[in-house]
Amino acid sequence: MLQKIYDWVDERLDITPMWRDIADHEVPEHVNPAHHFSAFVYCFGGLTFFTVVIQILSGMFLTMYYVPDIINAYESVYYLQNEVTFGVIVRGMHHWGASLVIVMMFLHTLRVFFTGSYKKPRELNWVVGVLMFFVILGLGFTGYLLPWDMKAYFATVVGLEIAESVPVVGDFTKTLLAGGEIVGAQTLARFFAIHVFFLPGALLGLLGAHFYMIRKQGISGPL
Amino acid sequence: MQRGKGMKFVGDSRIPAERKPNIPKDYSEYPGKTEAFWPNFLLKEWMIGAVFLIGFLCLTIAHPAPLERVADPTDSGYIPLPDWYFLFLYQLLKYEYAAGDFTVIGAVVIPGIAFGALLLAPWLDRGPERRPMKRPIGSGLMLLAVVSIIFLTWESVDDHDWEAAAQQGEIVDVDYDVDESAEGYDIYLSQDSCIGCHGDDMLGTSAGPPVFESDYDVDEIIEIIHEGIGSMPGDQFDGSEEELETLAEFIANDGQEP
Repeated sequence: MLQKIYDWVDERLDITPMWRDIADHEVPEHVNPAHHFSAFVYCFGGLTFFTVVIQILSGMFLTMYYVPDIINAYESVYYLQNEVTFGVIVRGMHHWGASLVIVMMFLHTLRVFFTGSYKKPRELNWVVGVLMFFVILGLGFTGYLLPWDMKAYFATVVGLEIAESVPVVGDFTKTLLAGGEIVGAQTLARFFAIHVFFLPGALLGLLGAHFYMIRKQGISGPL
Repeated sequence: MQRGKGMKFVGDSRIPAERKPNIPKDYSEYPGKTEAFWPNFLLKEWMIGAVFLIGFLCLTIAHPAPLERVADPTDSGYIPLPDWYFLFLYQLLKYEYAAGDFTVIGAVVIPGIAFGALLLAPWLDRGPERRPMKRPIGSGLMLLAVVSIIFLTWESVDDHDWEAAAQQGEIVDVDYDVDESAEGYDIYLSQDSCIGCHGDDMLGTSAGPPVFESDYDVDEIIEIIHEGIGSMPGDQFDGSEEELETLAEFIANDGQEP
């Protein structure tokens, strides 16, 4: 049955070459923990991606309850945390997942650095990776404000003060992020938009480029 | 790819009529113990992923995500703290030559150089050598950066008053329904020294708790206002003894006209 559906689609869209492109790639011995246990360091990139997927899924569920305005934001998070079935788990996954992405990404960066994998011909992939590092830090910073509790608010106030201290572009950056002079309703709306649309969009684009380059170039060889 | 004459298509589309076989690549001639990603390696990877996910779920169940009380922008006494992965940048701004007049150094120059170097690493270290021991400058700088990040985070955690932080953010049960038409409330509003710490809603600020928090009776409340308690000074009430009594009764009755 499945085979028949596959053949039906394949006859019309010729998906076999595409599928073989995706499925066919080798896992060399030196990155396979089944052969060399120390090769577990090559898992960090995959685990970063896995946690990013968890973040996207749990975040999608969080937006089913979360309301991005200063009157209801805190109430909706409180309700999600205390009343909604499994709300505490979903919010917990998003909260701890944020830390885990940072940890895994940091370990992945160190692995790539210390195995010298960023060298020619993989310079561009390294640059894309570091850009993702910045995007994820930005996701952490903007997501921190959204519960609209005390530490969220005051951490953002301090963060924006630091941004303001940057010469030349500081004032512009602060106004762009805060949407005005104070951290208030506009700031929450902007941080929500940045956290949910702008940065995830950028992250997905960069991830696509990251994976495409890995597939095109293959994983770096043994040391 | 087949080219030229004799190509057959599905209908009037550009899909070739000739089907290609859907068979995996053969890796037996590849060096070492190369294996196919699909499906051999992916199955093992899924097992690692499952173990990872279980550990992760245990963490979320054991430690629910924290939530403090709702943001109150007027509470200027709150000691702010960013999430832990920004602590090293935050701590940097507390050192003499990276703060105050030198904020630009702590906020822009040092992080800018560090992250800029990270971004441009492939062009700063162009030698063909990949082993970390064979490129001591690059490896040394990266180790220095890692140690600095760990040290700064450690210092920041050490500096922070965690007990005060937990207390200042605690969700206070503000179930007090203060009757703002009561005489006692008017008396309270005329007392600047009370409002200074307990707030104009009587529900407390970072300097003082809600006035209704402890269950004192009228006499105890009068005594506390006269003598002071803890860090609260005595003899601050500005008014007659009768007014003080009305206020004390109002407070003892949890914000309702007695």
